[in-house]
Order: sequence, then structure tokens, then C-alpha cells
Amino acid sequence: MSTQTRTGSRPATGPLLLRQVRHQNKLFLRNPFSAFFSLAFPLMFLLLLGSLNAGQTLEARGGIPYIQFLTPGLLAFAVVSTCYTGLVTGVAMNRDMGILKRVRGTPLPASVYVAARILSSVWFSVVSAVLMVGVGVALFDVEVVWRMLPAAVGTLLLGAACFCALGMAVAALVPNGEAAPAVANFTVLPVVFISDLFFPMDAAPAWLRALGSVFPVKHFALALEATFNPLVTGSGWSWGHLAVVALWGLAGVLVAVRKFQWEPRSPGGSRRRRRR
Amino acid sequence: MATAIRVKDLHKAYGAVAAVAGISFEVVEGECFALLGPNGAGKTTTLEILEGYRDRSGGSVEVLGVDPAQGGRDLRERIGIVLQSAGIDRELTVGEVVALFGGYYPHPRDPGEVIELVGLGEKRQARCRTLSGGQQRRLDLALGIVGDPDLIFLDEPTTGFDPSARRRSWELIDSLRALGKTILLTTHYMDEAQNLADRVAILAAGRIVAEGSPASLGGRDVAEAEISFRLPAGAGLADLPPLGPARPRLDDGRVVLRTEAPTGALHALTGWALARRVELEGLAVTRPSLEDVYLRLTGGDR
Ligand SMILES: Nc1ncnc2c1ncn2[C@@H]1O[C@H](COP(=O)(O)OP(=O)(O)O)[C@@H](O)[C@H]1O
Ligand SMILES: [Mg+2]
Repeated sequence: MSTQTRTGSRPATGPLLLRQVRHQNKLFLRNPFSAFFSLAFPLMFLLLLGSLNAGQTLEARGGIPYIQFLTPGLLAFAVVSTCYTGLVTGVAMNRDMGILKRVRGTPLPASVYVAARILSSVWFSVVSAVLMVGVGVALFDVEVVWRMLPAAVGTLLLGAACFCALGMAVAALVPNGEAAPAVANFTVLPVVFISDLFFPMDAAPAWLRALGSVFPVKHFALALEATFNPLVTGSGWSWGHLAVVALWGLAGVLVAVRKFQWEPRSPGGSRRRRRR
Repeated sequence: MATAIRVKDLHKAYGAVAAVAGISFEVVEGECFALLGPNGAGKTTTLEILEGYRDRSGGSVEVLGVDPAQGGRDLRERIGIVLQSAGIDRELTVGEVVALFGGYYPHPRDPGEVIELVGLGEKRQARCRTLSGGQQRRLDLALGIVGDPDLIFLDEPTTGFDPSARRRSWELIDSLRALGKTILLTTHYMDEAQNLADRVAILAAGRIVAEGSPASLGGRDVAEAEISFRLPAGAGLADLPPLGPARPRLDDGRVVLRTEAPTGALHALTGWALARRVELEGLAVTRPSLEDVYLRLTGGDR
């Protein structure tokens, strides 16, 4: 409409996505809580449980060192914290603050925005994993079973994707940002303790084991633990567990796509004037 | 001049509440149009329908030639939105956030220049969480214009500003208009509408109750003028010369006369005073202010 001539063309999707991921990464690192819960917290568990159980072996897993079980279990925990808890709270709070609404009014495609949030979470899952395995190798003689490394990486990425999808879904369902941390923790913590994460569930009552098997965390943990178990033969892919994880992820995608909202919807909706 | 915004018989109901009850208006390219009205009049609802945030219950709207409900990236590349309230990532600096948003558009303005323009030059390195309310609002403005849009929506852009910040924003909005931008703004400040807008629509309870240039609004330019002065000592109403068809009345020692022909009345009056060698103290000729019109039309004086 204006008569001035303009140069410049629509930014290409690749660079746009990359910039947006960098932006999310920057926010992640500047937020002490996200950095703590995703990186420091699981590492702390590793140092603590690793030291307490130094030299122990695990009869339930054919006598492998406990650390070979604990390390991948805590990797799974880190992924769940980063992807699921991080997205539920981050997205719901940002929605409440009107950050999502503002972004929606710009030409940035919604898909790029969501993809960047997910990729950033996956990125920090990987960072956390590298950090923990590094510390495990250095301090507790964790053995990386190289023939199963591709399976370990693939399992980790699939799990991260699944828990990102579930995080987006639950973020879409929670009523407001204030409720989000509670919802995230109440859904994660009980499940984590019945999911073969910190200790094997072999001695637990059957109903508890059955309950744990309903949720994706246990299948993710078992699949990841297999890739660190030297007694496991072959390339280490646990297709059955991964199928359950993928199914949960798919359900998450469906819910997120149908229910996702960009506008605040606490009581009074966008009408309520927020403290600026 | 092409039409930038076309609104025809727009309706929006929230449940039983009719927030917008059949409004129509057009904004031509390059024009600054203000929706003026009290809280709850339906300004934000109207704006957010035009911005594509909300769906409508009835009527038709067109923004830069497209229906905003269907308008995708193409439309959003050409519009700038300043919401009534929106959040910002608190841990980013002003410079970072303006550069980030500029990168979403095909031909953004220079972020540094935009930051200067809204008066945040000294805050460029500051984290957003450290900004005052007024500074955050100016950042909103910066984010609304960094994409160099053709059409800019401003929902109460200066609410909560101190007078100097407001004046500065007015200058900025004026400068945008000088660049040929189309502006649709809402406000509940009459002076803001008067200062910025080429045309104003007064919105009350979801309807447009008056529309026109700020000078002519509500028939202000043709309405009766009011002549008033203090009654000279020793004179009574009866001593005044004939001042046309209307009768003067006395209001707390002041003579008040409403007339459609103030020239003749003033001539008679000042001739009378000169002949009697008295000064007409506090002599004033006034017309209803935009505020009077606004209060009358929005029922705010009841
Ligand atoms: N999301 C909503 N849900 C229900 N009612 C709403 C909503 N938004 C606005 N309203 C109502 O619609 C009317 C107009 O609101 P709004 O457009 O925000 O007015 P303004 O911007 O002029 O103050 C008000 O009565 C308001 O309470
Ligand atoms: Mg409003």
C-alpha cells in the first residue's frame, strides 16, 4: 500500500527456526529454575546415589554394577524433567503472561514457534545426558556399551520427543500458569517412583508393577537401561517398550493439536489486566 | 485512496453479553482512525477481531483486502499489533527482543533505530523485567512497528503514561502517519483522539454513537456557542440590550447566553458595555468540548 519500495524477502524457515531455538536456549539458561531442574537436579541424584551405592551390584539385572542401571535411569528422569515438566510449566506460564498471544500476532509461523520450543528441550536433554554420562564415566566407572550407543541415542531422542508432546498436551489442558507446576509434579513424581528409575521394581507388588507399566516413563527407562546393560546382547533396541512410548507420544500430539491455545484463559480470560 | 479496513454490521456476543452490537466503519489508507469509548464499550473486542485473534458472531470485516479470520502469514507481515496487554520474556534485554521480533518480518526496521524512536535508547541492554510499566508499554510499541507494517493497531497505547511520555508517543504515532501508515487506535482519552486522529468513532455499549473528525464530532462545529461574562456591578439582567432570540440567564453572578449567532450578540453586547464604560469581566465564547460531546453520547454524565 505505501509507495516506498522495499527490499528484503520473507525469512527462510531454516534460519528462522535456528534463531528461534537459540532464543529458547538463551531463555532456558537465564532461567535458574529450568537450568537447575533439568541439569543440576539429575546430576545431583547421580552423585548422591552413585556414591551411596558405590561398588554395589544388581542381582535383579544379572549382577551388573548398580551404576549401569542408575545412570540410564537418571537420564530418563532428566529427559522427563526437561521435556515434560519444563514444557508444561514454561508454556502454560508464558501463555498466562500473554507471551504466546503476542507471538501469534507476528508472522512467525506457529509451527516454527512450537518446533523451536521442542527442539530446545530436546537439545538440553542431550546436553544433560552427555553431562551425566561424562560424570558417570569419570567418577563411577560407568561403561558405555559402544555397540548399543546408536540404540541409546535413538531411544533418548524418541523419549524426548514423546515427553515433549505430552508436555505440550498437558500445557494445553492445565487451566492456568499457577496450576502448571503442581500439575506437572503431581503427574510426574508418583509415576517416577514406580517406573524402575532409581531402583528396579522386581520386588514390588504385582499391581504396582502393572500400574507402572501403563505409563510411558517405565518403558522409556527400561529401554534406556537396556542400552547400558553389558549383558544385553545385540544392538540394544527394545522395540516393545519404544512402541508404548511412541503411542503415548502420539496421543500427546493429538491432544496438543486439538486443545492448544495461545491466549490466556485464567478466570476472566484475556480481559483481566495483568500486572505489567 | 484505497480502503485499509472495512467493517460492516459487526456483531460479537460473549454468551448473553453483546459486546459489539452492529458497528460499521471504514478506514482509508494513510488515515489515523480512533475508537473512543469508556471501558467495556467493545473497543478491544473490535480490534482483536480485526487482528484475527477472535472470531465474530456476525457481519463482515476486511483488513488490507482479506478477512482476518482467514488471514495468515501474508497479512501478519503487513500489520503491527500493540495489544492492550501482552507479555514479554522477562529475562531478555530490550535490544534482544526487538531484534528477535524484527527477524520475523520480511523488511524490518533497524532495531536500534526503533528503540531510539520509542525513547528506550538507554535501556537497550536492560532486561525487560527491570522496565517500568510505561517503559514496557513503549517496548510494546517498538515491537508493533519493528516489522515496518503498513497498518498498525494500537489498543490504548498510552494508558498509564505520564504527560511527557504520552506526548512523546503522540509524536511517534504522528511520525508513523507521516510515513503513510494506516493507524487504528483505541483510547478513552479524548485529548488523545483529538490530537492524533483524522476521524473518531465514539463507541458506547457496543455501538457507534457518533463518527466524524474530532472538530465536527457530534455536531460540535454547528452547535450553539455559549457567551458568558460576569454581570457588571450595578447592572441587572434587564439592563442588557436585546441579544437575539435567546434569553440570557444568570448563573452564580455570571450571565450565560446560548446562541447560534454569537457574532451579532457579541456586537450588541460589547457596544452596550462600551457605551456604559463598563468592562465585561471574564468574557468568554465557548463551544461544547469533545469531552462534553463524549459524556453526553456515552451517558457518562448521568
Ligand atoms: N473474553 C471475554 N469473555 C466474556 N466477555 C468479554 C470478553 N472480552 C470482553 N468481554 C465483555 O465484552 C464487553 C466489551 O469488552 P472490551 O471489548 O474489552 O471493551 P473495551 O476494550 O472497550 O474496554 C465488556 O462487557 C466485557 O466484559
Ligand atoms: Mg479494551
